[in-house]
Amino acid sequence: MQEVNVAQAGRVVARKQSSELGRRLWKNKWIYVMLLPGVLYFLIFKYIPMYGLIISFQNYKPFKGISGSEWVGLEHFQRLFTEPDFFTILSNTLILFVMNLVFYFPIPIIMALMLNEVKSDFFKKTFQTIVYLPHFMSWVIIVSISFVMFTMDGGIINDIIEYFGFEKINFLLAPEWFRPMYILQVIWREAGWGTIIYLAAIASIDPQLYEAARMDGAGRLRQMWHITLPAIRSVIIVLLILKIGAVLELGFEHVYLLLNSMNRNVAEIIDTYVYTAGLKQGQFSYSAAIGLFKSFIGLALVMLVNRIAKKMGEEGVY
Amino acid sequence: MVEDKTVGGRMFGIINYLLLTVIGLITVIPFVHVVAGSFTTSAEMAAKKFVIIPTDWSMEAYRFIFSTNTIFKAMGVSIGTTLVGTIISMFITALMAYGLSRRDVDGRKVIMFMVVFTMLFHGGLVPTFLVVKELGMIDTYAALILPSAISAFNLIILKNFFQNIPEGLEESAKIDGCSDFGILFRIVLPLSMPAIATISLFYAVTYWNTYLSAILYLNESAKWPIQVLLRQIVVLASGMDHSVDLDSVTPPPAQSIKMAVIVVATLPILAVYPFLQKHFAKGAMIGSIKG
Repeated sequence: MQEVNVAQAGRVVARKQSSELGRRLWKNKWIYVMLLPGVLYFLIFKYIPMYGLIISFQNYKPFKGISGSEWVGLEHFQRLFTEPDFFTILSNTLILFVMNLVFYFPIPIIMALMLNEVKSDFFKKTFQTIVYLPHFMSWVIIVSISFVMFTMDGGIINDIIEYFGFEKINFLLAPEWFRPMYILQVIWREAGWGTIIYLAAIASIDPQLYEAARMDGAGRLRQMWHITLPAIRSVIIVLLILKIGAVLELGFEHVYLLLNSMNRNVAEIIDTYVYTAGLKQGQFSYSAAIGLFKSFIGLALVMLVNRIAKKMGEEGVY
Repeated sequence: MVEDKTVGGRMFGIINYLLLTVIGLITVIPFVHVVAGSFTTSAEMAAKKFVIIPTDWSMEAYRFIFSTNTIFKAMGVSIGTTLVGTIISMFITALMAYGLSRRDVDGRKVIMFMVVFTMLFHGGLVPTFLVVKELGMIDTYAALILPSAISAFNLIILKNFFQNIPEGLEESAKIDGCSDFGILFRIVLPLSMPAIATISLFYAVTYWNTYLSAILYLNESAKWPIQVLLRQIVVLASGMDHSVDLDSVTPPPAQSIKMAVIVVATLPILAVYPFLQKHFAKGAMIGSIKG
């Protein structure tokens, strides 16, 4: 008898709760109407493609669609790991990533530390206005400017090299110049913009800390080392995690623009390969498998590095 | 910071200013070089090699590139997609950001997670291409806009901005009988003009710089935006990789002509940059720190 009562009471509460929820949903109906276009956008252009990744387990035929195409299991992934090309591409990708980490990543930190030592507001503002600018230029513009400057016929850099009596260098075609050109362009475009977040973190440091350090006789380099750097440590770590998570996201556009038949051996990366193999040669399933491999590695790395950061007592990204 | 008057401190200061000046110059000189180069004659360009500021001003390069309507057409495509795209993006981003900023809305956490997840994991190039193709958007200008209509990053910035508007304002409007749309358009948006302006400019810059979507989804060269044309004129010609993409082997255009095309493709960005610069530092911070 009592059990029945409890059950009944439970039903009543449940009904009340559901009508309560229903009332709230109805009250906010216009909010849901507002959310609709955005949600549709994410479903259509972000989530349906995720569903579309199942073609990497099929032999996808455009005319048959996902439901009609034949299942092949892990065949494409097996091909991935047996194809010698794939290892060249993977190592090209990893090399550019490591170069990014070693040559690019510390530069905004150093620039922010330097800029923090500048007392003239005018100098600071002017400097920032200039170094933020390239970030807003497309890769096409950045690459075009460097091509115009580095080309063999009439490029100012080669003219200077010749003027000093050296051989002209074929910066744009020579495979050994691909990586230096790539990283220089990354630095030139992004280093200034990268300082923004570190400058913000530095701005929130308590000035009393510096005063105390000065009392103890710390010079400017020591203040940087013992106060500024530890204070922005967590920001550095968050950005490092995000950077590592983007390990295989070197940017299709940039590399694709620098890619040519001469430097393909060092310049072909996963993204450009997915484009050529998938869309130009029509190997949809195979290149979707490569894309899936890439996205998965990226996700796993963010989670891993985030966990390590948390173990080290840092906040992490999430 | 208090002035450091020791010898070491002074030296440090001088070296610091010097290095930063050099960095600033390295950043700005390529731009100056390209702009200057675009205003010289090809002959002068070839004769005087190191000139950064031209002595003999000439509009020859610009007259040449505007002598056919290829550039006009590409500019038109870019301007059109930038205007229409920015409006569409801004509209649906603002609607969604407002919905997500309302704490009393059931399910907003789920939708928020759905948005953030797309920043960590995505279907990639091929599946996205197939969706766009299935929707019949190949060779349409919609393909330059819709597949990238919302940036999750911009959405989060705007949502955080909306959340900082005092709730009391919205509540009192509601008591006065204002609808949810009324609150958004009459109260929240007018109060958010700095954020709206910043994000509109972010979107506009992205649309102006559109390159990847164009080479993915547009086969007809008549529909190319300016960035693709720029690549065609400068990168392919300089890369001398005719075998791959150029149909016919034409002599590479003169330096001053390439430079003029670069200037034309860059000009709109330089025009909005002063407005952009006022706000973006703040916007970028909100977005990156609060996630």
